[in-house]
Amino acid sequence: MSDWQPTAALSALRARAALLATVRAFFNQRGVLEVDTPLLAAAPVTDPGIEAFSVRQVELYLQTSPEYAMKRLLAAGSGPIYQICKAFRQGESGRRHNPEFTMLEWYRPGFSLAELIAEVGELLCLVLGQRPVRSYRFAELFQREFNLDLFAVADDTLCTLAQQRHGIPAASLNRDEAINLLFSHDIEPGLGRGEYSVVHDFPASQAALAKRARDPSGHQVALRFEAFVDGMELANGYDELLDAEELKTRFESDLGTRRERKQVCPPMDDKLLDAMRHGLPACAGVALGFDRLLMLSLGASDLEEVLAFPVARA
Amino acid sequence: MANYSTNEFRSGLKVMLEGDPCSILDNEFVKPGKGQAFNRVKLRNLKTGRVWERTFKSGESLEGADVMDTDMEYLYNDGEFYHFMEPDTFEQHQADATIVGDAAQWLKEQDIATVTLYNGAPLAVAPPNFVELEIVETDPGLKGDTAQGGTKPAKLSTGAVVKVPLFLSEGEVVRVDTRTGEYQNRVKS
Repeated sequence: MSDWQPTAALSALRARAALLATVRAFFNQRGVLEVDTPLLAAAPVTDPGIEAFSVRQVELYLQTSPEYAMKRLLAAGSGPIYQICKAFRQGESGRRHNPEFTMLEWYRPGFSLAELIAEVGELLCLVLGQRPVRSYRFAELFQREFNLDLFAVADDTLCTLAQQRHGIPAASLNRDEAINLLFSHDIEPGLGRGEYSVVHDFPASQAALAKRARDPSGHQVALRFEAFVDGMELANGYDELLDAEELKTRFESDLGTRRERKQVCPPMDDKLLDAMRHGLPACAGVALGFDRLLMLSLGASDLEEVLAFPVARA
Repeated sequence: MANYSTNEFRSGLKVMLEGDPCSILDNEFVKPGKGQAFNRVKLRNLKTGRVWERTFKSGESLEGADVMDTDMEYLYNDGEFYHFMEPDTFEQHQADATIVGDAAQWLKEQDIATVTLYNGAPLAVAPPNFVELEIVETDPGLKGDTAQGGTKPAKLSTGAVVKVPLFLSEGEVVRVDTRTGEYQNRVKS
């Protein structure tokens, strides 16, 4: 009946336009180049936790993040770059998810992860107001919340804890799923309260396209961070993996998992692998949910309030 | 019954969980930055009325429950069972006191109640949101005391006790919100 109307107030759409201008000015001042890469990609992400939409007529996929294309630009000598673009993910729908969403992604050659975290903090302070930025190691939060040593605890203990707390059968979970469930249900809601919380040193098994290294206690971790504001995950950053052969191994491992789970097995991105063989400069990169940033700046509790037409009204 | 996947879970959908029919109240999609997505779901167990919180892996499914809310006329209570009738088909159903529960205190003969049928048998009964009932027992009315806003207990024809303004007397009919048990207004008969 009124489905033709936008779900967002016109004032929210004006705030969206203003936020786009603010973000562009932020990067312009810092000499970061705005780029524009294709939304239709020949090879989508291999991550088994993310499902791309395929466009059968042209045998391409709607990209789930501009990461691969932007890394090809970096390898071609672009220097620091950012992009504000649409990304698409199947089946992700809820108060904080829409299958089509706007992503802000940027890459900083020569930056350490700490320098990139500082820059994320500066952007958040500019857009959402001044708060302290506090960093936590992933395992430290687990220790604090559950009194468990993440590096020593058995898979069974984690799965049983997830079952006790959230009524999901322990047998249906693997280690990473149990960790993700406990983190997202029990730890995440408390993060970013009165501060910008940054969680780093993720489990090595969740490295995605980040480097792995030993933390100060000698445990293997992923050089990744996530930023949280008001109990919501907002950004995900990496000390970017540079080794093309290691990347290929991770692609193959993802595709193996996909085959086991009878998921779609898309082609591997050979162009990215070739670009990395040519040489990706040492860099740190981060993706930030632009729609969520707008939600936070307006105090909205549902993406609907900041999207003109969410998927139900597309 | 059909199976419903987590992405089809909507408020009001009736599904089976641990052998009991449940109504979904809320479904929240939760996804860590990388990895498996989950749905955190609130359900009301329609047998016990208790609210459950359960987390599912996204893409899992539950069997639908054969549960239907039907408007029926309340006929009478035979001392053991409450009898209801579907107005279109005249089909009658009986429900015992545990099923009718708190709704019993609001049920007046010939009023329309919502009877939840599970596999064709009554599972729960909800009274109309508003009922008009006669006061059968209360202290004598105090004329002229309307300004004070004081109240007194009054017993209604169905047995419910509600707080009413002081000026009301036995034999008068009042309108009550059954969801809160609060007096709304006097009904001129």
